[in-house]
Amino acid sequence: MPKKDYSEINPAWGDRAPVIVGFLCNWCSYRAADLAGTSRFGYPATLRDIRIMCTGRLDPTFILKALREGADGVLVMGCHPGQCHYQEGNYKAMRRMALTRRTLAQLGVHPDRVQLGWASAAQGTIFAEKVIEMSQRIAELGPLDWKDNIEDGAERLRVLGYEEAAHG
Amino acid sequence: MADNGKPKLALYWAASCGGCEIAVLALHEKILDVAEAFDIVFWPCAMDFKTKDVEAMADGEIDVCLFNGAIRTDENAHMAQLLRRKSKVMVAFGSCSSEGCMPGLANFKDKEQMFQFIYKDSPSTDNPEGIVPQEETEVPEGTLTLPGFWNTVRSLDQVVPVEYYLPGCPPEAKWIEAAVNAILSGELPPPGTVIGMDVTVCDECPRTRQEKKITRFYRPQEIIPDPDICLLDQGIFCAGIATRAGCGALCPSVNMGCRGCYGPNEGVIDGGAKLISAIASVIDAETPEEIDAILDTLPDPAGYFYRFSLAHSLLRRTNLEEIDGKKVAAPYEGVPRLDPKLKD
Repeated sequence: MPKKDYSEINPAWGDRAPVIVGFLCNWCSYRAADLAGTSRFGYPATLRDIRIMCTGRLDPTFILKALREGADGVLVMGCHPGQCHYQEGNYKAMRRMALTRRTLAQLGVHPDRVQLGWASAAQGTIFAEKVIEMSQRIAELGPLDWKDNIEDGAERLRVLGYEEAAHG
Repeated sequence: MADNGKPKLALYWAASCGGCEIAVLALHEKILDVAEAFDIVFWPCAMDFKTKDVEAMADGEIDVCLFNGAIRTDENAHMAQLLRRKSKVMVAFGSCSSEGCMPGLANFKDKEQMFQFIYKDSPSTDNPEGIVPQEETEVPEGTLTLPGFWNTVRSLDQVVPVEYYLPGCPPEAKWIEAAVNAILSGELPPPGTVIGMDVTVCDECPRTRQEKKITRFYRPQEIIPDPDICLLDQGIFCAGIATRAGCGALCPSVNMGCRGCYGPNEGVIDGGAKLISAIASVIDAETPEEIDAILDTLPDPAGYFYRFSLAHSLLRRTNLEEIDGKKVAAPYEGVPRLDPKLKD
């Protein structure tokens, strides 16, 4: 299959493709991803999936870290409400995601970059559709490139003739 | 060491309010012990020394430098580098140098947006000619210069290596004393140590905690809190659950939720993320609509969660977008809501 050219959707991509870090719960969505694979449902190769035991385990630190390290979006997927393997981890995830997205909005991260969804182990199509839909949205929004924000000010240090301290 | 055998001490302030300097004086009569035990070689706030006095010193000649204030100008960075070179031990003193504190909140904006408000738009400004400070100004006598003003405020350890941190806005006297004693006894903890406790404010708070089920948040002016029950239980935002102890729970003791000035607890990378996690967990709601309705009573979450730590957080600042060759701070306008379809 030819490599998809994302710069047709938003020229800012150049020759790179969006990177979405996915946190998938062990019991539902990770298995949905497996099913999507074994069923040969096609979806874009933008997702870097990480298996976690439960979306309730997802510390918002993981999301911030992913964005800081270069992700253009973060997708969190778990079991449908009422179907959490640990009773209510997905409800906790829903509350945390709501507050994380509000906080990130103030920091200039478009809420569409950080999404939550549900897919049961039998819903490989729903999983694939979510990845397709989110990849398209991230492609429209363009790269995030948070390292430019981290480096802001570093050039002042260089002008002053100093090396930047590595810490922090 | 000085000729009199005393260790040499320097104190400096960068982008700060001066509260840390007062905190040093809050040692009361023990300040005399400090003056007795140390040879104070640089303290611009209290004694007449000049930068050239520091420049004339040998590298590593100062034994300890207590540096308060964040780094927001070229001058701040220059002094941090100079004092780092001249000092054996560099202590980030107070919240500003440790994690940005109030000056770090400027990272929600960019330099131009700040100058626009401060020098032109603010209601208390009278500046009909729209004069804004320039780094260089030509006058008949020559060129006047001001230090360059940064777009992004940094913590001290984002500019120079730092050995120890004394958090707090300002640090409590007992911890300053503990640090001074550690330096004098020579029994220093490993570099990187935060001098303080490794539990949270809740452990020092006298209030009674119950199971938390919050149905709405109250701002301080909207409620008269019960004096004995946990403030968060009553819906009043309190950062104590994710803030390092050491202050003796000063704010919660007087009916005010913890602001978070002692920063994140030991081992935590991003204090704001931990606050998001903790606060979201105690909301009593299960549908997207209920969750959003409760969160609507908590305006400015980023301001609450990163009040003291924005400059030292994982993301450090608001996203900058390049518009006409300029970097512009660009928050998302609007409040994100959960997709109602997440209900089932």
